[in-house]
Amino acid sequence: MIHTEGLSKTFTRKKQLVHAVKAVDLDIAPGELVAFLGPNGAGKSTTLRMLTSLLRPSAGTAKVVGADVRTEPALVRRRIGYIGQGNGAGHNYRVIDELHVQGSFYGLSPAVSRERADALLPALQLDGLEKRPVMSLSGGQRRRLDVAMGLMNHPALLFLDEPSTGMDPQGRANLWEHITTMREDLGMTLVLTTHYLEEADDMAERVIVIDHGTVIADDSPEQLKLDHADDVVTLSFHSSDEAELAEQALRTDGRHADSLDVRTPETLVITTDHGARKLPSILYLLDAAGAPPAAATIREATLDDVFLHLTGRSLRESTEQDTPASGSPTAANATNGVDAA
Amino acid sequence: MIARTVEDIAVAEKRHTGGLRRFTSDTRAVFKREIMLVLRDPFSLIFSLLQPLVFLALFAPLLAGTVGGGGIDGASTRQWFLPGVVVMICVFGTGMTGSNLQYEMQTGSYERILASPLGRASILTGRALKEFAPLVVQALLITLLAAPFGVTLHLAHVLVGILVLGVFGIGLGALSYALAIATRGKEWMFWAVQQSLTFPLLLLSGMMLPLETGPTWMQTLARFNPLTYIVSAERELFTGTFASPTVLWGLVAAVATCAGGLATGIRTIRRSAR
Ligand SMILES: Nc1ncnc2c1ncn2[C@@H]1O[C@H](COP(=O)(O)OP(=O)(O)OP(=O)(O)O)[C@@H](O)[C@H]1O
Ligand SMILES: [Mg+2]
Repeated sequence: MIHTEGLSKTFTRKKQLVHAVKAVDLDIAPGELVAFLGPNGAGKSTTLRMLTSLLRPSAGTAKVVGADVRTEPALVRRRIGYIGQGNGAGHNYRVIDELHVQGSFYGLSPAVSRERADALLPALQLDGLEKRPVMSLSGGQRRRLDVAMGLMNHPALLFLDEPSTGMDPQGRANLWEHITTMREDLGMTLVLTTHYLEEADDMAERVIVIDHGTVIADDSPEQLKLDHADDVVTLSFHSSDEAELAEQALRTDGRHADSLDVRTPETLVITTDHGARKLPSILYLLDAAGAPPAAATIREATLDDVFLHLTGRSLRESTEQDTPASGSPTAANATNGVDAA
Repeated sequence: MIARTVEDIAVAEKRHTGGLRRFTSDTRAVFKREIMLVLRDPFSLIFSLLQPLVFLALFAPLLAGTVGGGGIDGASTRQWFLPGVVVMICVFGTGMTGSNLQYEMQTGSYERILASPLGRASILTGRALKEFAPLVVQALLITLLAAPFGVTLHLAHVLVGILVLGVFGIGLGALSYALAIATRGKEWMFWAVQQSLTFPLLLLSGMMLPLETGPTWMQTLARFNPLTYIVSAERELFTGTFASPTVLWGLVAAVATCAGGLATGIRTIRRSAR
């Protein structure tokens, strides 16, 4: 569905070169649900805009749904759907009009446009807002309208640039439910970008981690976590004596000796894959040794751990500037992600 | 359902037709979106009618006084002035095509339109036609209103005149659109360039005051202004003449502006993707 080789984009701004995307090789098969994950300014939007023919690559090639983005941009556009990072609906238009207009842009007859719009409005919780001007919608409603517009042409390949930004958890859940249903019904391939780690983890079948314009990891969320992060099992004991006893038992057993760490005199920490699966045997071992813990917790590996492992930086911190309330120092020196579009 | 593959899509596409059919349907889609706002708010249209009317009512008598018919032989001043006003409406109107775009480029709606399969020429033409459509109404109304005041009305000729202006307007609209992209993010610059080009072009076309009484250098410059030929052609048409080289030259100027404008517009859209 998508094949790129050495796809690169360099911007020149004020005589400075910005290497937004550096030699990205991609292969995305029909039916995949792929998420680009990366901090502000990582090059996610730039990659998507090259794949949708909105930006000309500086180097490299890209074939999207069988068409070359460089030489057949019109064909690419005809075959895909695109929901950009900004709001796509005209502010002075009414919701329903923009949906119908979008249909007409893709060559749908008025009847088909009407039918599809009527189906999309309730599905994306926009019913009742048909006659409202776009500028009167809330941020989340506007975003849902963007998604509805992007789905009007039933594309075989849909690009979504941060589709769920600004939506409340319920709206987000609803959005994904609808998108996955449509994906099933239409046999859609989905390529999206997100800042939300949980979203990438839950929704995507494949996560492409991108940082400074380079793909630094590309796998299923499960495999990424297995490869680059560990679950953390924390065992608390009533006394330091019990904790020592437990430590000895674990070291003698040997299975978890390498990843064993004495956090406080009463707390042991084991970093491991499949923490939940291993915990019962650990508990059994400690019980047999006469040192059962008073409490045990598991913190499962997250994609943030993966990112931290790969880059030494936390994605949570570098994307924190998204939340308007944050005034943390990390937000101030985070990469400039202002999209010139 | 199983994922759709490249082959499925290519097969489904067979029914799509290319060329002129696509151009007209795309243009219609763009035009319909743009005109929607005008139709929803017809007051703006009525209001915009006032300006040329005021012009016609106040400027023409003054013109008659100063020039005293020197450069305007025989025909009444209004008869001479009316086509100029109609051309002026067209220049001001279609020259604004890019101004709406300025705003849309700040939101994602411009990008959404570029990401759609609409032909680039259609995007330009549809938008220019939106600025032009109200002008048809305005021009017709003004012409009809002027009729009782000593202007002879040749409806068929006027309609052809408006058509020629439409062709010219598409080109001018496309140029305005290109200007908006080139001055992206700097609204003042768009207006600065737009205004500083429009007025000299208008004056150097003999639209408001006859060039015949002007200095030779102005007349020479005017010869390189496509608008001059349009204005002359419109004058000829409004007095009820079809078969005249002036009309033909006006048409040539209109077609040339249209082709040049669209080419520039399309190239600017393409370049903006760099
Ligand atoms: N038109 C442009 N001109 C110059 N630099 C640009 C342009 N567009 C993007 N950039 C730069 O390219 C880099 C990548 O930007 P991009 O928008 O692709 O990031 P992103 O991963 O989408 O970030 P975000 O999460 O903030 O949306 C950034 O450093 C950005 O400033
Ligand atoms: Mg982005």
